[in-house]
Amino acid sequence: MGQYHQLLINVGEVVRHCKPGNFVAISVGGENSSLILRRAFAISRVSDRGEYGGTMELIVAPHGSGSRWLCAQEVGNSLDIIAPLGTPFGIPTAPVQALLVGGGYGSAPLFGLAEVLKSRGCRVDMILGASTVAKIYAPIEGKRSVNSLKIFTEDGSTGQMGKVTDLIPGLIADGQVDVIYSCGPMGMLSAISRITQGTDVVHQCAVEEAMACGVGICMTCVLPVRKEDGTISMLRSCIDGPVMDGALVAWELVGKNGMTP
Amino acid sequence: MRESTFDFSTTLGSAWFPAPVFTASGCASSGRELSQFFPLDSIGAVVTKSVMLKERLGRPTPRMAETPSGMLNSIGLQGPGIDAFLAKDVPWLVENNARVIVSIAGETVDEYGVLARRLRSVPGISAVEVNISCPNVDNRGLVFACDPESAKAVVDSVRRTLAGDLPIIVKLSPDVTNIAAIAKIVVDAGADALALINTLLGMVINTETMFPHLGGKTGGLSGPAIRPVAVRAIYQVHEALPTVPILGMGGVRTGRDAFEMILAGASGVSVGTASFGNPSAVIQVQNELETLLMSKGFNSVREAIGFAHRPAPGPSST
Repeated sequence: MGQYHQLLINVGEVVRHCKPGNFVAISVGGENSSLILRRAFAISRVSDRGEYGGTMELIVAPHGSGSRWLCAQEVGNSLDIIAPLGTPFGIPTAPVQALLVGGGYGSAPLFGLAEVLKSRGCRVDMILGASTVAKIYAPIEGKRSVNSLKIFTEDGSTGQMGKVTDLIPGLIADGQVDVIYSCGPMGMLSAISRITQGTDVVHQCAVEEAMACGVGICMTCVLPVRKEDGTISMLRSCIDGPVMDGALVAWELVGKNGMTP
Repeated sequence: MRESTFDFSTTLGSAWFPAPVFTASGCASSGRELSQFFPLDSIGAVVTKSVMLKERLGRPTPRMAETPSGMLNSIGLQGPGIDAFLAKDVPWLVENNARVIVSIAGETVDEYGVLARRLRSVPGISAVEVNISCPNVDNRGLVFACDPESAKAVVDSVRRTLAGDLPIIVKLSPDVTNIAAIAKIVVDAGADALALINTLLGMVINTETMFPHLGGKTGGLSGPAIRPVAVRAIYQVHEALPTVPILGMGGVRTGRDAFEMILAGASGVSVGTASFGNPSAVIQVQNELETLLMSKGFNSVREAIGFAHRPAPGPSST
């Protein structure tokens, strides 16, 4: 599927606890591997009606040695997996106009989210973007769960040439957006936060930060987040995220030295 | 019948623990997260993440890089500060019946003394780990653990406040020429036990950006890659100071690895980085170690401590 692999994992009853935005951590490389850390993947979708009971779908880009190992697994192999992890997307109690924005394979969890939002009576528009056509993840069946889908590529190889953020200010100005749900590279998430700043639009973003453990003990995946009093906390994207309030993330401080509490 | 008489307990100074396997400082946060995976009261003790005087945000991301059979971390001692730690984290651990070893870290000799004073009357703490692998702000940022004078000054300062109240475990850095010499200096200054080893300083350069990968540029190397270094350090220090208890750590991920450290001279073993890949690692290592010790015919942990130092059998005489 483009540059991505689709993995279907039979996880049984665990699917009942999986919500859009949750992620999983999978051991890679086998018993004698020199890869000692798990790999984290967003859950794309879950189904409790499969032939084998509950299944979960992951979209994996085989870029590193761990993800390549995972994509090379044969049907029927067992995996060591911890799921579900993290804080999921918040689902509104009343119908809203939701705009889902995905960058690269960051779009994967948005299709499961779209189904849930639709079932709650929300209008769901989706914008996907990537550098080129092969890096767009947009399954045909996923398109059924959205009211509209627009695609942007930086090289114009499919959809419109440009960036996902090109369209958002206009949609907000037209009053077509109450909540933005986003998932993708940090640059995209921070750009969306700049656009929603000063508007009433809520921005729930699923962040992507390198993590060693996924369960809250290693403190490597932290992001600077503003507290109510304006001071900064370094919150773990594995436990306090991956879904965070984009308005509270201090994007300008990500990866910067010289922070004070 | 051996199971009923097998003694799995251990001691570090005056502190007694029902089992010899611990978390490693900085690899279990304050224990809460791991309690989803095993009951904290079933292991030797929770060694908490090194706490400093004030709240600290730590270093910028990226904070980690996976390396062959290991990883680099560059957290920069992010933490809530001693006040919030004593108000929230320690009471929670005590309520959950966990034994607690509090790890402290300071930027000056005085800070260690102040931290020690704050711990003196706190109920439920079994021992204090003094993490001296931090830069000494008053001495050009030279790491305390790598400078015998600074290391001695820190232990002096902590001992003056704590002596007799709580066992003092001093955690040493392997980034020194002669670890047994540093060990002797801190023991002479009043350390009741030693924790060996902290991470080794390392660096990864990203060959795409052609800059150091970590936000803090350098990081601490941990994981199975450093285990032989830890075993060597424990062996050398136990040889030089056979009566000083050692909490061994560095790349332990199986009961076999923990057993190896006990044979080298460790009285207890901490599991650190292994918990990142396997949140149940501490309890699994402990269970495997117990089985292994019994299968080798030991009646207690104590019998196995430093067993690798026994005289080798000579050629049989004729």
